[in-house]
Formats: sequence, structure tokens, C-alpha cells
Amino acid sequence: MRVERFLTDGARRFPDKTALVAGGRRLTFSDLDGMSDRLAAGLVCNGLRRGERVIVFMENTWEAVAAIWAVLKAGGVFSPVNPSTKPDKLAYILSNCRAAALVTQGKLATAAAAAVASAPSVRFSVVAGAKSTPILPNALRFEELSAASEAAMPWDAGIDLDLAMLIYTSGSTGQPKGVMMTHQNVIAAATSITTYLENTADDVILNVLPISFDYGLYQVLMAAKVGAMLILEKSFIFSHAVFETIAAERVTGFPIVPTIAALILQMKDLAPGAYPHLRYITNTAATLPPAHIARLQELFPETLIFSMYGLTECKRCTWLPPAQLKTRPGSVGIAIPGTEAYVVGESGRRVAPNEVGELVIRGAHVMKGYWEDEAATKRALKPGPFPWERVLHTGDLFRTDEEGFLYFVGRKDDIIKTRGERVSPKEVENILYALAGVREAAVVGVPDPVLGSAVKAVLALAPGVALSEQDVIRHCARHLEDFMVPRLVEFRDALPKTDSGKIRRSEVQAELVDA
Amino acid sequence: MHGEIERDVRAFITDNFLFRDDRQALADDESLLEAGLIDSMGILELVAFLEGRFGLHVADSEIVPANMDSVRSIAGYVTGKLAVANAA
Repeated sequence: MRVERFLTDGARRFPDKTALVAGGRRLTFSDLDGMSDRLAAGLVCNGLRRGERVIVFMENTWEAVAAIWAVLKAGGVFSPVNPSTKPDKLAYILSNCRAAALVTQGKLATAAAAAVASAPSVRFSVVAGAKSTPILPNALRFEELSAASEAAMPWDAGIDLDLAMLIYTSGSTGQPKGVMMTHQNVIAAATSITTYLENTADDVILNVLPISFDYGLYQVLMAAKVGAMLILEKSFIFSHAVFETIAAERVTGFPIVPTIAALILQMKDLAPGAYPHLRYITNTAATLPPAHIARLQELFPETLIFSMYGLTECKRCTWLPPAQLKTRPGSVGIAIPGTEAYVVGESGRRVAPNEVGELVIRGAHVMKGYWEDEAATKRALKPGPFPWERVLHTGDLFRTDEEGFLYFVGRKDDIIKTRGERVSPKEVENILYALAGVREAAVVGVPDPVLGSAVKAVLALAPGVALSEQDVIRHCARHLEDFMVPRLVEFRDALPKTDSGKIRRSEVQAELVDA
Repeated sequence: MHGEIERDVRAFITDNFLFRDDRQALADDESLLEAGLIDSMGILELVAFLEGRFGLHVADSEIVPANMDSVRSIAGYVTGKLAVANAA
């Protein structure tokens, strides 16, 4: 089975049921199915071929959701890119996967055009909500394509072994890598997760997370799979308005990251027990502090809180059954249904309880590798118990307790987890070195009650150079996605180095965390 | 009074929030959200500034785009709150 069946089956089972609420529009399953059929036909008519990559560079909008389904129906591979991505990086991604097309929106068209100018593989683009003629070359209007009359699908979209999506994620080398997920991978992950969350067509899921982030994206896919209603919000900035929507739409499922939990707990006027219809809250990306879990549970006494852990390379690794939350608040639980998660030592053998080692994941949800990056793929995917199988070495250090519940200990590499996203220190350092006057740079994560880790830049400047913290942050904000921009900047005369002159980032990191 | 409030709010935003593109100016009625100037943390910083600078209590229910999304709407909100406080 291919992923687009989630939507086509939904449209057959619940044609008139609301599938999506976003940007003031309510679309039924049959609206969304029809619209994405027409858009798919438009993509195919404009030359998109099976297996070609299409970048979806959009905010959380109904058009983005329709575009994702359309690319799948057309037999293409979609890749969602965060709307705060700057042209240089977007150009890198377009070129890296040799994207044939780009779907974007009016507001982002200038950034997209700058990127497309250096990505010759892009043959056309589709722009939603353009107020004037889009400045992109070979631009088609989303509104025209999705309203076209030919809705038939005479083409062969492909089979479930085909690639469904590429999700770009930060790597320790500083360049993003495309995580390859087949239709089978996505279906395995979505089936497992909706099983333990016990999702049904009665669910109303409110998603404030970017759908360029796999946690947000899967809300779209899983809601369609079970026939649930999805409410898409662009952010959690106006938190009171989000809670008004939660009450008005009788939301049953609310996925969050620790930053959102911290923001909820800073709200002054939330009354405990005011949302009895909220069946569950899920958290992933980093563990919630036990104190936050306790206060969330006081605010939402009837709501199940799921602590989970995952990484893009397999979507989700573990979940903690909510009944365990009181006894093991620090645990991220057990392997998700139908998969295996275990801790290995340096030799590759499983270790005893309480011994720290690397978390390894087995299952049909494990990615097929990184797009055209064999070396990185070999480091992450290693031979499994069967000759045909490869298991995922997560790079995360874990231990289990005596009953086999898993606890996150730390990263093997330097990746910083902030606001639920992964940040490569190298990628930020590369940008810092592009700022005139920066002689040495180390980017580290420091504990932060709201962000999990806050990105901090520690710099040594060239003699006679005067740069302020604001100068550095502004420079980074022009070249990096919002979540990567350092929150803190410290200036020093020099950074610690190895004998060969390499900056010791780990030493800077250790000093700041112990301080 | 209103002009002063608007000036203070503008100064706070310019000093504390980052212009993501190269321009330096911000129109009075420009959406801070659409301009990418404000995020979840930023809105809390803004609320703390308004409470500290103007001696207001900002309720959660007042932290909505109608009150907080542009220099003009923020100044209008503050002016309204101060008028109510002075009348009481």
C-alpha cells in the first residue's frame, strides 16, 4: 500500500467529514482528495515523472497539505523544507536532491526565486496565494492547477517500495542530509504510532508544529489514516488563541515539544480541568522535566501524557505508556509497537541494565539511508540479525532500568537539540566564520528551561575588531533557520585548542554546562 | 501620550527583535508575525516589557493578534488599558 491511500480511503469512508481546518478554511476528505487529485494531474501534465523530487517550501497551510498529497499521487517524492530556511540552504537542498519542482507560497517566493536561480534541475514551480505575478521562472498558480477540470489519474504512481519522502536533517558535518523514507517506511511508522495512541476517526488533532518537521508532518499523515480531523496552526505564539481553538473544536489530541510545555506552564489564566475532551498530549524531541509533567497533569487531569523519543531516521523510536509516567517520569519508555529498541556497547553486543551504550533500532520504520551519501548511511545503518536487514545506530546514548525501560543519556556527537529540532554546531560555525572579524568560533548547547538547550556562540575576534552580540545574532539570522540562530554570544580572547590547532568544542561545552 | 507609547514600543521592538532581512524600518501597521520578527519567546518578552514599562497587567486573553501584532495595535491596546486604569 502507498501513503496516498490514507487520503483516498478516508475520502471513500468519510467523504463529508471535515479533514482539515487551516487558515480559516474547512476542507472535507472529499474536498482535499479532489483538490490533490487535480493538483497531481497538474504536476504530471507539467512534466513531473515518477520518482522525481518536489520541494514543499511552505508554512503550515491547507495548500501545503494538498501539495504533499498531490506529489505522492503524482508518483513523486516530496521533501518539506522549513519556511524560515534561507536561500543558500534551500539552493543546497534543491541541488542535492536534484528537485524537479518546487511548491511554495507568495510570501516566500522571493527567497525561493533566489534559491532556484542556482538550482538548474528545477523545471517549474507552483506558487500558492501569489498577490501578483510570481517572480519565479516557469511559475504556475496553485489556485489554477487545483481548480483545473481533469482529475483522472491515468498515470502509474508506483509501488510501496518507492521513495515517498526525503526529510532533510542536520548532520554533524554541517551539511543537511536527506533521510530517505519509502511508502512502506511511512506506513509502518504511522501504523505503529496510531496504534499506541489509539487514534480513531473521532479524534480532533491540533498541530502547531511545522509540517517541515517530521513530528508535525506525521500529524497530517496519521490524521488522514484514521479519518480524524486535523487543525493546523502556524505556531504557538498566540497561545491563548490556540487554547480557545482547543475548547471550541473539542480537540482530543495535542502534540507538543518541551518548549511548548514550558510556554503553557507560563500562561497565567489556564484553569485546571477546563479541557476534559483533550484525550492525550504527546511530547517528543527531548524529555520533559518531571516537574513540568506533574504541573501539566494538574492542568489537564483527564488527559493522558505520552513521553516519546525519536529521530528523523526512523520517525519514532520509543513511547512511555502513560500509566508508567508516575513511576518513571524520566523514562522515554519502550520500543513502539512492532519494532525493537536496545542498547549496545562498543563491541555491538547488548549491554546489561543501567549500563550506558548506543541505542539501536530495528523495524520496518527504519530509513533506507541518506540521499546519495553512502558514507553517512554506512555509519548509521549497520548489518542486522538477517542478511537482508540493516539496523539503525542512533548516535544517542541510552541506558535501561531493570524492567527494560529506556532513558536518554546524551548524544555521541555534538548535535544540539533545541526547540525540538537538531542543530549542527558545525553548520552554525560555518556561518559565523563568514562574518568578517570572527577568528575562532565554537557553538555549543547550554541548558535552558524553555528551549531544552539554547544555542550559544563562543567567539574570539581578530585584533582590533569590535562586534556586538546583536551584530553576531543579526548576521546568523540572515543566513540560518530561526531555530539555529544563537540565543547567546560570548566573546573571549581565545578558545581552547588541541596541539594541532583544532578548536576543542567539547571543552567549551563542558565548561559552560558545569559552570 | 499615544505618540510616546508608540515610540517606546517601536524602540523596544527595534532593540530586541531581529530584522530577518536587510531593511531597518518597520511600518506602524506591519504584522510582526508576518515580518518574522516575533516568536513565542518574543511575545513573552514583549508582554513583560509592557507590564514593566506601563504598569499594566496583561491577561492571557489579551495576548492576541488584535492587540499585539503591530506597533499601532500594541500602542492602541496600551492606550486603552491606561485609559481604563485612570478612569477607575
